[in-house]
Amino acid sequence: MYRLVPSVCSYCGAGCGVLFEVLDNHLLSTLPLKTHPVNEGRLCIKGWSLHEYVESDMRLTGPYLRLNGRLHQVTWERALSFAAQRLKEIVARYGPDSVGVLASAKISNEENYLLQKFARAVVGTNNVDHCARL
Amino acid sequence: MTNSIAELEDAGCIFVIGSNTTAAHPLVARRILRAKEKGAVLLVADPRRIQLSLYADVAVQHRLGSDVALLNGLMHVILKNGWEARDYIAERTEGFEELAALLMDYPPERVAAITGVAPEDLARLAELYATRKPAAIVYTMGITQHTTGVDNVKAICNLAMLTGNVGFKSAGVNPLRGQNNVQGACDMGALPNVFPGYQAVNVPENHAKFSQAWGRPLPDKPGLTILEMVKAMEEGRLKALYVVGENPKLSDPDMNHLRHAMKNLELLIVQELFLSETAQGAEVVFAAASTAEKDGTFTNTERRCLRFCKAIEPLGDSLPDWEIICRLATAMGYPMSYSHPEEIFAEITRLTPSYAGMSYARLGLSGLQWPCPTPEHPGTQFLHRDRFTRGRGRFHAVPYIDPAELPDAEYPYFLTTGRMFAHYHTGTMTRVSPHLDREQPTGYVEINPEDARRLGIAEGETVAVASPRGRMEAPARLCRTVRPGTLFLPIHFGENPTNVLTSAEAMDPLAKIPEFKVSKARLEKVEWS
Repeated sequence: MYRLVPSVCSYCGAGCGVLFEVLDNHLLSTLPLKTHPVNEGRLCIKGWSLHEYVESDMRLTGPYLRLNGRLHQVTWERALSFAAQRLKEIVARYGPDSVGVLASAKISNEENYLLQKFARAVVGTNNVDHCARL
Repeated sequence: MTNSIAELEDAGCIFVIGSNTTAAHPLVARRILRAKEKGAVLLVADPRRIQLSLYADVAVQHRLGSDVALLNGLMHVILKNGWEARDYIAERTEGFEELAALLMDYPPERVAAITGVAPEDLARLAELYATRKPAAIVYTMGITQHTTGVDNVKAICNLAMLTGNVGFKSAGVNPLRGQNNVQGACDMGALPNVFPGYQAVNVPENHAKFSQAWGRPLPDKPGLTILEMVKAMEEGRLKALYVVGENPKLSDPDMNHLRHAMKNLELLIVQELFLSETAQGAEVVFAAASTAEKDGTFTNTERRCLRFCKAIEPLGDSLPDWEIICRLATAMGYPMSYSHPEEIFAEITRLTPSYAGMSYARLGLSGLQWPCPTPEHPGTQFLHRDRFTRGRGRFHAVPYIDPAELPDAEYPYFLTTGRMFAHYHTGTMTRVSPHLDREQPTGYVEINPEDARRLGIAEGETVAVASPRGRMEAPARLCRTVRPGTLFLPIHFGENPTNVLTSAEAMDPLAKIPEFKVSKARLEKVEWS
């Protein structure tokens, strides 16, 4: 199935509007959105190449856990329950302020919102920041 | 940005300082060049001779880290010639007398001695900026990544207010955000001192509002910033770190120092698209899905909240970040369940006044600019119309301070870092992109041909750059973009990491932003034995 899906460039902070050209669940290309208030149908070289990193062979395709010093691919259940258990132990032993959360300027508003909610309501710390300064 | 990207086209004057716009924000640069075509005056102040300098009416290369002196010098000239906006200052601002008194100390001759900018150039910059209204200032990390980052920004605001250039279309103070959702991450409260919408955690009403909304008593003491977290790791106070979509091993100011600090962690969780330098050291790695594989919103540098749509299914067994966070929270005994990001967005708009009038349906393809307080509100194209948000705009008299490091006998060069057009931040995304990798496959160090000649360095030859923190090697690129005595390194290349050289100690006392833009360094030929 062929579709054009509206999205936003995930490189710089300009926020250019793009269309992903999709065929059978694979990205074919990135096109500029003509009606977009920021880029009005134009893109830079990073924007035109936006789809190229998405299906890269280098992408992680599942969660990993360090076992005997090396990272091994495991199920989500195992990775999540290990992380949750260890976080709970550390909070119980050293207090919530012994945990830090680094949010991201690359993930969505919704995800940043959930992440700071996670730090504040679930862990119980305001130690949450992201790389705006870097 | 106080104003919007499209408005730049209709400015009478655009002053670009500390922004290599054509490389880092090409589609904003397009508007700047368009403005120039329409008759605007273009002014550029940058320690490097950047592409925009070639199109500028006046371009100056001030010494690295001398921004406050340059800006104070401009204001000195403006006051001396009576180009300030007297009515605007009287009606809309406060603190003018203190600023005017300070500016007496910045005559052009003294400014020339600090910045290297000739008094004639300073006078032309000042006259054109002050008299060609509306005048917009555009800046990025060339202004902020300094020990005096906050002072630099205050000085810029002083200049804009002194000439009555805040609160009008096509004018304003316009920082360009580096990452696609830095604005959104800040808006959403991914900061140690504020809840979403910049509602301070230590204000009792805010604290009560969020504790009630989230069903838990929340901490009310501001938390640690990134660099403070690194210090806390070093001292053994921070035991666990959950890193989402960041590669601090390459982006933090002092790699060796961070690597050492991270050894003290009992638990490092990394959530990423790739097995980044940071993920390689984690106990647990969560595989995240990319923007193309999920729904959500980003907020761009002009405060525009933009919707993006899921184009393909998550790769392999990866999951959208929001889903991973929900599952982890649930596993820790705090059930989080949302059927779709739209549901999360609805919760955000209930708790964040500046987003209150937004919904996925209203955002459409063009988005909405905050503040957007009600469902009828059209969004806000530029800020501070008629009056400043805080009431009166405050002038801050900021004296010039030297950067933390200046070259000396052992490290005779100025070293600065930055970006190039084909790559992005630590390169995790752009370097796996074949077309972008082809444009620039390796790191490099920009050296002025005069310096190269003296040391017998040829184009492309591997050279070593050393600072008091460490040493790295990269191919030499001989160009006049940098002045003699200055070196430039792009930050995108993990095998030529600039952050073995930069300092984690030198940071702005208030913003805690590291001084990536100025270090001292030594340049060496690499002898092959």
